[in-house]
Amino acid sequence: MDRRIRRLGIGLVVLFTLLFAQLSYVQVFAADDIKAQPANARRQIIAEYRVERGPILSADGVVLAQSVRNEERRSELLFRRVYPDGPLYAGLTGYYSRIYGRAELEQAANPFLSGDAPELAVSTFTDLILGRQRKGGAVFTTIRSDLQEAAALALGDLPGAVVAIEPETGDVLALVANPSYDPNSISSGTDEDINAAWESISTDPSQPLISRAKDELYLPGSTGKLITASAALENGVDPVTDQWPNPRVLDLPQTTNTLENFGGSLCNGGSQTVSMAAAFQESCNVTFAEIGLDLGAKEMSEQARAYGFCATDPPEQVECEEPTIPFLLPWANGRFPVPSYFADRQPQLAFSAIGLDNVLTNPLHMALIAAAIANDGVMMRPRLITEVRDPTGRIVREFEPEQYGQPISDASAKEMRAMMLSVTQGGTASSAFSGFPIAVAGKTGTATNGENRPPNAWFTAFAPAEPGNEARIAVAVIVLDGGNLGNEATGGQVSAPIARQVIDAYL
Amino acid sequence: MSEVAFPTSAADTPRRPVTGLWLLIVAIAISLAAYAMAGLGLKGRTPRDFVVYGLVFTGAFVGGWLVVRWTAPRADPVLYPTATVLAGLGIAMLYRIMVARGESTVAREQAMWLLVGLAAFCLTLWFVRDDRQLNAYTYTLGLIGVVLLLLPVVPGIGREINGARLWAQVGPFSFQPAEFGKIFIVVFLAAYLTDKQELLAAGSGRFGMPRAKDLGPLLLAWGASLAVLFLERDMGASLLFFGVFVVMLWIASGRAAYLWLGLVMFAAGAWFGYLAFDHVQARVDTWLHALDPDKVTGLGYFQLAQGWFAMATGGIVGTGLGQGSPTLIPYVGSDFIFAAFGEELGMIGAVALLLLYLILIARGLRVAMERQDTFGKLLATGLTTILALQTFAIVAGVTRLIPLTGVPLPLVSYGGSSRVATFIMLALLIRVSSGPMERSRG
Repeated sequence: MDRRIRRLGIGLVVLFTLLFAQLSYVQVFAADDIKAQPANARRQIIAEYRVERGPILSADGVVLAQSVRNEERRSELLFRRVYPDGPLYAGLTGYYSRIYGRAELEQAANPFLSGDAPELAVSTFTDLILGRQRKGGAVFTTIRSDLQEAAALALGDLPGAVVAIEPETGDVLALVANPSYDPNSISSGTDEDINAAWESISTDPSQPLISRAKDELYLPGSTGKLITASAALENGVDPVTDQWPNPRVLDLPQTTNTLENFGGSLCNGGSQTVSMAAAFQESCNVTFAEIGLDLGAKEMSEQARAYGFCATDPPEQVECEEPTIPFLLPWANGRFPVPSYFADRQPQLAFSAIGLDNVLTNPLHMALIAAAIANDGVMMRPRLITEVRDPTGRIVREFEPEQYGQPISDASAKEMRAMMLSVTQGGTASSAFSGFPIAVAGKTGTATNGENRPPNAWFTAFAPAEPGNEARIAVAVIVLDGGNLGNEATGGQVSAPIARQVIDAYL
Repeated sequence: MSEVAFPTSAADTPRRPVTGLWLLIVAIAISLAAYAMAGLGLKGRTPRDFVVYGLVFTGAFVGGWLVVRWTAPRADPVLYPTATVLAGLGIAMLYRIMVARGESTVAREQAMWLLVGLAAFCLTLWFVRDDRQLNAYTYTLGLIGVVLLLLPVVPGIGREINGARLWAQVGPFSFQPAEFGKIFIVVFLAAYLTDKQELLAAGSGRFGMPRAKDLGPLLLAWGASLAVLFLERDMGASLLFFGVFVVMLWIASGRAAYLWLGLVMFAAGAWFGYLAFDHVQARVDTWLHALDPDKVTGLGYFQLAQGWFAMATGGIVGTGLGQGSPTLIPYVGSDFIFAAFGEELGMIGAVALLLLYLILIARGLRVAMERQDTFGKLLATGLTTILALQTFAIVAGVTRLIPLTGVPLPLVSYGGSSRVATFIMLALLIRVSSGPMERSRG
């Protein structure tokens, strides 16, 4: 009888072994497939909202996004996401919606915020063992909240964007774009509220989900002369002694088209010839078209490439699969055509030399260019996160400043700085900076914006800009569709004062 | 029979009480830690009534242990602490589930049932001073068992809940009589088979098969199981009764043929049940197609799918007690409590829970082997087999290894009847392991 009881025992152990096998199938081997079933969506969401998602903080400790306990006691979602100053930082934080997913930092830094990143494994495992509320990591950004506020105030309600960067590190100090949206409205609330908010934001004709600071591309106009001037300096042009003919109207090769200075004016008081430095200060189109044609397509294209512009071959728009300049958030970096595009399109080369035709950029890229010039020619990658801390405050990950490249030499950078300084001292931006105690190096731009639309006004600058002084901030401003001046708008009148306020707030 | 000297080899070597006490302390510690962690995970603080609960739980189980020490001093030292930790984990999980649902009174009710179960455990040990006294009332006990089994069918008393007729209502009390009926039936079978052992073992027909007239009891049990399936629509009980009967018949007779015959009859019964009863067909269909996109929202399918989702979410280490979403599973407190463990304690926790049951099973069978008399052996084997098959049936059902049969997970699931009945079975097992209570003390 005992033998049979023992056999019974063996039989029962076999039965339980089947259970162990089935458990390992359900919980380990097939677990990912099972969890991914559409019928499981609700549990996935609830699980995600059970974690106290880490906050997103500015460099000066202001909370840009955080998770707070859901006040609704009967809700199965334990936490909800709050953006204390939603629209101001929407382009940086993005949103965290259980229905519409994540965007910007909420998406890019998700593994840190949710606690899934391997760096946070120790912390989340401790939470598990102690049965504590699981918490994600805190993400510290480079954004300066005071500067972000000042930039938003300076831009006001005008459509456009302001980007400020620290030249030495590439730290993004401020990134403001209009129009914006309130991420709170699509991140928390009832399903009906979220759907309604999403409907209104996503169908808004002004497209607030697209950041004017980094997602859209615009003609740089005269700010594109930074590229042309850099190419000239790199190719041995002396900004003062080398002279170009100074006609009122430039006849373009291969066509009967002509090119004029802004408003059809004469450059340098109508002198016979003009230097690059003088032409830069007044932003003479004719001179820079001549410089671009003299340099040739290859040199122009190469300089643009060195500044991180991605190569396109219009009219087939070659999409850059990845942005040429790596950035944590998705963005569209500038574009400049390949040399072959200009082979039988010399007029286009002339227009490209003054930032038109198929040259495209945005404020983030322009700010990086100004920062590179300010940083002795060394271009840094834009940095948005400095560190991630676990819930106990321990730093689990640090992000060092990274160099992107050196688009121009130290010597060229000095020449550029001198020319840009002249823009605010007697040049196109002098009225905006009259009486400003800090030396600012800048470049204005007024870019046509399609038929029957007021121009886009640009200004990009850095400060302090006295020779030998280390620049601490680089700024790019765009105001779309003429801002409050309509067809009369210029970069110097509309955008330069905004840059001045931003620089004033920081220094 | 009572004149026979107590027939166990362990009688002369009293077990060391100290081992049992240590195990009990560990069991209580784990139970209370689980309760505290459920509160921490759920609300970020220990449950408000933690101290009271801790004192009552500790007091009750230490009290129970003292009763065991007093009434059954030679008892197996592992059985009681193992049951303690299972019961403690069960209450912790029920607390966690019911609080999440806003029905914390239900958890308190189940804790009360645990105390009732413990009282029934002590009373059983007190009244059944020698398991062999049960042998004297073979047919009376058998009759009580059958009556209890069929009570839910009686008009006026029986109640149907969720499509199964398992409940009896007497006055304000409703309970599942089959939970108690199975104890009587196991005792009856042990006594009956002890009587008929030699008859069943001796003599064989052609091809080594039992003679036709010896098949009577087997056919009777088969018919009874099908009757339960038909009248009460209770697949779990039906399977359990037939299973334990076949196992005990085989153990008693020593004839493997009964086992094989039993399996064939089980297969035939299952096939017949599938063809004849739509509730059986429904169980099989939900089992096979739980995750079909066009069926997954149907109630039975949804429950099985959610159970799988819960366990898959738990993965290896689990979400942590109080930090999963087991309440998404319909009836998670009763049928699907195992899935809640799988989600929140992970595969590690689920396997640990099953290992606790394996410990109970191993100790139960050891008790059977240590006894020298047939009745004690059969009783211990039968009680253990019921526990084992019940655990297997519900866990295999929840994990979709077999179609779901709604039997409770012993000591853990929601359910007063099951909790009390399992404690009575445990008391009997401990009585069998210890032998008769000494007269001088009784």
